[in-house]
Amino acid sequence: MKERFLELSAEADKKQEERFEVWLKGEGIPFADERAQAAYKERVTLLKDAIQLKHRPARIPVCPSAGFFPMQYAGITMYEAMYDYEALGKAWLAYHLDLEPDAYNGPTTIVPGRVLDILDLKLYQWPGHGVSHDREYQFVEEEYMKAEEYQDLIDDPTAYFLNVYFPRIFGALKPLAGFPLLPPVNEIPMVPPLAMAFGNEDMKKALECLGRAGEEALRWRGALREIGGRIMGKGFPAFSGGFTKAPFDVLGDSLRGTKGIMLDMFRHPDELKEACERLIPSMVKCAVAACRVTGHIMPFMPLHKGADGFMSQDQFRTFYWPSLRKLIIGLVNEGLVPQLFAEGAYNDRLEVISDVPRGKVVWWFDRTDMKRAKDTVGRVACLAGNVPLDLLCAGTPEEVRAYCRELMDVAGRDGGFILSSGAGLQGSKPENVKAMIEFSKRYGAYG
Amino acid sequence: MTETLVQALVEMKETDALLIAKQLLEQGVAPLEILGSCSKAMEIVGQRFEKGVYFLPHLMMAGEMLKQISDTIKPFIHEQAVHGRGGRVLIGTVEGDIHDIGKNIVIFLLEANGFEVRDIGINQKPEKFVQAIESFHPQVVGMSGLLTLAFDSMKKTVQAIEEAGLREKVRIVIGGGVVTEKIREYSGADAYAPDAMAGVRWVKEWTGRA
Repeated sequence: MKERFLELSAEADKKQEERFEVWLKGEGIPFADERAQAAYKERVTLLKDAIQLKHRPARIPVCPSAGFFPMQYAGITMYEAMYDYEALGKAWLAYHLDLEPDAYNGPTTIVPGRVLDILDLKLYQWPGHGVSHDREYQFVEEEYMKAEEYQDLIDDPTAYFLNVYFPRIFGALKPLAGFPLLPPVNEIPMVPPLAMAFGNEDMKKALECLGRAGEEALRWRGALREIGGRIMGKGFPAFSGGFTKAPFDVLGDSLRGTKGIMLDMFRHPDELKEACERLIPSMVKCAVAACRVTGHIMPFMPLHKGADGFMSQDQFRTFYWPSLRKLIIGLVNEGLVPQLFAEGAYNDRLEVISDVPRGKVVWWFDRTDMKRAKDTVGRVACLAGNVPLDLLCAGTPEEVRAYCRELMDVAGRDGGFILSSGAGLQGSKPENVKAMIEFSKRYGAYG
Repeated sequence: MTETLVQALVEMKETDALLIAKQLLEQGVAPLEILGSCSKAMEIVGQRFEKGVYFLPHLMMAGEMLKQISDTIKPFIHEQAVHGRGGRVLIGTVEGDIHDIGKNIVIFLLEANGFEVRDIGINQKPEKFVQAIESFHPQVVGMSGLLTLAFDSMKKTVQAIEEAGLREKVRIVIGGGVVTEKIREYSGADAYAPDAMAGVRWVKEWTGRA
């Protein structure tokens, strides 16, 4: 089989420039006035300069991860945000227009509750559905994929998801277990068996549910586009557009679960590696497709199970990094800039993860030592991070400013840095968020 | 032969370890002696974890092997095993948070170290902690949480324990996710554990087993 995703393509530079052009142009954004448009371009340029490492930006861009904070800031519950798109929009507008971070964080993770209700999603509990109205949704960890199913996943990931995984994670989609295998449908005798699968009443009902969920999801997207237009139109570019995940995390988070994946490294090492490889093309394509729709260059990639402590260095090099690196190369070759959000600490991984093409990715850290990061990964990639959540939740504005000052001194020297929070801002004191943004914009100007 | 069991366990050789344990049992080795080897192995695994040689997957694997061996030999145990020689620990995930993996690892390590643990589960209100302290009389209370919302739940739970007049009777350690020393201060707990072994160390220190 042809080895892919190992080398940087000759086209990568050109493609990246083209995508930056599209992002900078901001076509379709309803700009309030020329000043807003100029501010938008200025901010995109700050980010572009920070990412490419070619020259120092005018100042350090300040782009915290809003997380669920805007709801708390506007005084609405998670339930309202998930079920009332108008309330959601007001909260997002208030947060962005009052506090003026340099980029807009779309509420794409505030998923529409009705869609989850219709599909009866089992992966999460959400307000009114397992947790109270004022709580955030939470993941329900199970072995949704069994250890003995690796070969089925490797044979045909799409069929595995349709026939086995979806019936488990969506109560309303159980009939998809009878979704026919597609590659055999290429000759006349296979047409009736294909059609038959969709004639049975259960399948019709499942497809009808999907249709209703789809309509609701479209209403939600319409609301999000309006919110995005209103905020971006005031001069705030989106911080990311699109979403993908490291193959190991796809398996480890919501298929095998933490315990399952950890045991698989001992019990099923070869199948685990093969399954990671098998998932790469899909994970490249989903980010490319999303960025095409949003006209954005940065797919957001939350990294979970590769953090310090979650596996040994050997295991990281064997199981986690190879398929993630291929995914990164696959995205970079499409001109995209993967926004790698390394949750937890990555101090043990810094050398390994420095093996990425220069000026092509953002490494966004949480609890990693930023000085060490600057001296390693910082030589080849733009860094982002890492104002800690405990400080934002329980500290004072003075402490926050002191942290930001030191962070910018250490990680911001000579550019290549985006000041951000170590995680989503939920739980932060508003005065601390304000202090972080205001101070850092001022202090981060390169003189 | 029990040495080879210890070695197989320590080296994460699951198939070998289970086979050796079965053979030992068939050869008439006392079940409690086999369990003793398991404890010895777990101790070494714990040491390697502390030294940064082993990580969470190794603890998980060790726990799996231990569980399977105990299940195999339990029916053969007639002697009374000594439980809870180390002390009592109450543990739970605080209100609003439904995460339990970190908590379960700590429980596994505490039990492997001879502590009697009562697990009250996830998403537990402050009063549930208080009730469990009243009925179980632990020396140590462990609170777990992964989300920032756990900060306030931890604080409220410590307050509830205080209001129930039980604060002097227990030491409180918190851990998980985004918990830090700053949150220990904020919550009023006695200690914070950055990882599972650190939690065990606090428990050992407070129960005089360090």
